[in-house]
Amino acid sequence: MSRLIRPHGGLSLRDQVALLRESRALLEQPSRRQFLRGAVTLGGLSLLTGCSVTDGASAEQLLEKVSRLNDQAQGWLFDPERLAPTYAEAEITRPFPFNAFYDRDSIQTVAEDDWELELSGMIRNTRAWSINELRALPQQEQITRHICVEGWSAIGRWGGVRFSDFLQRIGADTTAKYVGFKCFDDYYTSIDMATALHPQTLLTLTYDGQPLPPEYGHPVKLRMPTKLGYKNPKYIEAMFVTNAYPGGYWEDMGYNWFGGS
Amino acid sequence: MTVTRPPIIHPLWLRLMHWANALAFLLLLTSGWRIYNASPFWPFRIPGDLTLGGWLGGALLWHFAAMWLLVGNGILYLTVNLFSGRLMRRFLPVRPLTLLAECLAALRGKLNHQDPAHYNQVQRMAYLFAMVDLVVLVLSGLVLWKSVQFSGLRELLGGYENARRIHFVAMTGGFAFLLVHLLMTLLFPVTLRSMLRGR
Repeated sequence: MSRLIRPHGGLSLRDQVALLRESRALLEQPSRRQFLRGAVTLGGLSLLTGCSVTDGASAEQLLEKVSRLNDQAQGWLFDPERLAPTYAEAEITRPFPFNAFYDRDSIQTVAEDDWELELSGMIRNTRAWSINELRALPQQEQITRHICVEGWSAIGRWGGVRFSDFLQRIGADTTAKYVGFKCFDDYYTSIDMATALHPQTLLTLTYDGQPLPPEYGHPVKLRMPTKLGYKNPKYIEAMFVTNAYPGGYWEDMGYNWFGGS
Repeated sequence: MTVTRPPIIHPLWLRLMHWANALAFLLLLTSGWRIYNASPFWPFRIPGDLTLGGWLGGALLWHFAAMWLLVGNGILYLTVNLFSGRLMRRFLPVRPLTLLAECLAALRGKLNHQDPAHYNQVQRMAYLFAMVDLVVLVLSGLVLWKSVQFSGLRELLGGYENARRIHFVAMTGGFAFLLVHLLMTLLFPVTLRSMLRGR
């Protein structure tokens, strides 16, 4: 069972409350070890084989190691020129699902005037950006498929600033390895520089022609049709360029870091 | 008095590959069930106790680790079988009429299954099905894993969402094969012995 609240119903109220409680408990003690212990619980397999591998620290280490190798394999497979497919307006999924590590009731909002995008790390000009300054930059749109790590997918229409243009404008060191993001809902994640420079990676300000609504990450999210949903941070308040591996909210619990598509 | 040992039916390399494949398939099957449960596209879930990984993240770790074993082992298996001529010798030809006759005989419990050195038509068909099914599983899995990078394959399979269904149906085919395979092993334990000891 995913720790995420599934966006399109299917769960009874009781299940949702139980899940929420579980999520909160996890938030309070986000120990990587604890999460991965779940990963090596063989469940039904132990019934079949009659042995339990619940305390298999070696299995856990092996799985982590393979996940790092999978990061490399995906970096190698990633073609910086290859575009994700785009769709017609009629193919847009309506309503586009809301998904986060908390319920819709817990969505946080911020007044646009109080918000700024803070920059730090290997960036020449680290002055903060207001939402209106970002809106004044050249904009572009895409209708692309969002693929969730849970398997479901949905097509949405996103608009904003091409991220590679923005990186260039602020003088980011594009030879660095990572771009990291901090969000005001306490989410955080990071991406590889090759994906940051991909032509469809979008510093997203609008959804379906309107300013990004709260459920999709108002005021700013990063949209990457070449990565799974959890790699696309919403509610961004700060970004930084670095060579030190920044990890991520789900990634630190065991989701694969590259999360490519 | 001399005791003649029966000939080797399954060489060591084949037995190792068989069990590596069995392990990989079981890990992929049970972790895949948990991944499916995260967002079922048909009106049922797989009972959680049968699944591997504890939660979605754990299941994904298992799935994307075991896939390398299945793919590496599978490529090696197919290469050796194709180039040694073993594939032709043991699994081909499949003759439709003989196959039909043997299917009917099998249903009446009259199919000779006792000689593990020689596959009858039903066995040939079943094992060829398993091979093709695993290839379909891997190809559709590649689309689910990297739908943008494997764009040609994605279009061939009718897009990302269609590839999910293909992956599930192929899983069901593989699971059905596994059940029949295990049932036959129970009915003819001599086949298990030869897959363990070679003869």
